[in-house]
Amino acid sequence: MWDNEMIMMLVEGTRDTLYMTLMATFFGYLFGLPMGIALMVTDKEGLRSHSALGQRMHAVIYKLLDVIVNIARSIPFLILLILVIPITKAIVGKSYGSTATIVPLTIAAAPFIARMVESSLKEVDRGVIEAAESMGAGMFRIIWSVLLVEARTSLLVGVTIAIGTILGYSAMAGAVGGGGLGDIAIRYGYHRYETDVMLVTIVILVLLVQILQSIGMMLSKKLDRRR
Amino acid sequence: MEPIIRVEHLCKTFNVKGTTVDAAKDISFAIEKGDIFGIIGLSGAGKSTLVRCLNLLEQPTSGTVTVDGKSLTELSEKELRLTRRDIGMIFQHFNLLMQKSVLENVCFPMKITGVKKSEARARAMELLETVGLAEKANAYPAQLSGGQKQRVAIARVLANNPKILLCDEATSALDPQTTKSILSLLKSINETYGITIVVITHEMSVVQQICRHVAVLDNGTLAETGTVQELFHSPKTEAARKLILTGAEQIQRMSGEQLVRITFSGQSSFEPVVANLVLKYKTPVNIMFADTKDINGSAEGEMILQLPEVRETAEQMIRDLREKRLGVEVLTHYVG
Repeated sequence: MWDNEMIMMLVEGTRDTLYMTLMATFFGYLFGLPMGIALMVTDKEGLRSHSALGQRMHAVIYKLLDVIVNIARSIPFLILLILVIPITKAIVGKSYGSTATIVPLTIAAAPFIARMVESSLKEVDRGVIEAAESMGAGMFRIIWSVLLVEARTSLLVGVTIAIGTILGYSAMAGAVGGGGLGDIAIRYGYHRYETDVMLVTIVILVLLVQILQSIGMMLSKKLDRRR
Repeated sequence: MEPIIRVEHLCKTFNVKGTTVDAAKDISFAIEKGDIFGIIGLSGAGKSTLVRCLNLLEQPTSGTVTVDGKSLTELSEKELRLTRRDIGMIFQHFNLLMQKSVLENVCFPMKITGVKKSEARARAMELLETVGLAEKANAYPAQLSGGQKQRVAIARVLANNPKILLCDEATSALDPQTTKSILSLLKSINETYGITIVVITHEMSVVQQICRHVAVLDNGTLAETGTVQELFHSPKTEAARKLILTGAEQIQRMSGEQLVRITFSGQSSFEPVVANLVLKYKTPVNIMFADTKDINGSAEGEMILQLPEVRETAEQMIRDLREKRLGVEVLTHYVG
């Protein structure tokens, strides 16, 4: 059974898994990063607004984002996958296959990424933010030149964790025809009782997570100037 | 001349878990342009809150802060940002960007004001030269010592030519030797650029080394203000006395009777005061503590004496000392 066809299938599965994971990570950050920044900035312990109106606005934005993120994060991924089928169809045109899976993956990843970004940015030393404020830096300058720069290491660790989690989610998408390694594992391992194929996909998934994790950690260490 | 900083009836109340804390209670004072002004107090006295109100890192609950003719609380957010460029601040923990090189740190404020990158780099190098750290331009803060970090912070704060420099416990995390060198750097900055400096500290020695005027904070209130010499020779309040006597803590423990503190400046130190007392009354006088301090370049001495137990003799001695135009304070009620 280990013919060329099988190997090709596994290679394509790996490619599809990587494709879904990396695209979903990209889109996840596209939405999650601004959300995370907004969560940090508008939090009571975040950046200060000096006008009473600004403070009220911060509180409203924070509450709103907080509720959205919490709701999105409490829906199990498998259910979300089915729930957002209409949205997926509207964006991609179909509800199955790797490209279609990117939509629910992004929707699931963005709020989770937002939380991680928020917590990374909150690790930035309060004093450094105040120093920038005392120099007359505005909100966008502080976000761009202080928060994102000082939290760089922690943000990169976050990216690594996000990729690992999304990779896991993408395998789950196989259950509903999502393509990729998860799809193969379920079709062969569950429906056809070909346990050895399933085991090979698991090994590949483990290797992928290991490699991506190592690259991420190495990069974040390399870019850390605190040592 | 209109003072560069004027604080009027400043109050700041914090709400901490349902209870209110008054960190500043009706504080008013003014700082002249070009002065080095110390704000001293024990920890918890409200110094940091007060200095943070001077650039509105902390919003006063009530009262006004006028800096260079502008009432800070009335400014819009944008105007405040512009005004803050004139008010530099350095911190106890330096607050440098840890992920940026020394040079990039010094360039940072110029990035905010939109100075061209090449110009900013040239100016940053000049400033690093001024603080004696040019060779560390490409190092990262984590590779520097505390004193070097504070020098970088000083170079950074000078980048936008501020009119005022606020120092919030800027030397409290440094050893005495480094403290001395940072203070003399601040003093030379004051002299060279005419920048008004406000120094927050809990150490009297810092105030004595560089300040001309001083305000003593005690539990959120302004206990007294005056020149550093006035404070040294004749502190008017208990809070000031406590701060001045920190150099003589060991005496508190000995807690004898009839302690007096006498102070004298360079000119009055010719006469052998203590020896004369002993000769005149034929009773020993115990010298518990003696020190000479350099305050703004003039030598000021202080001495803590234990006078005889006999009350009349002691009172006679105090009267004699006062006649010699020395600063005399009876400490007995303080000690113990």
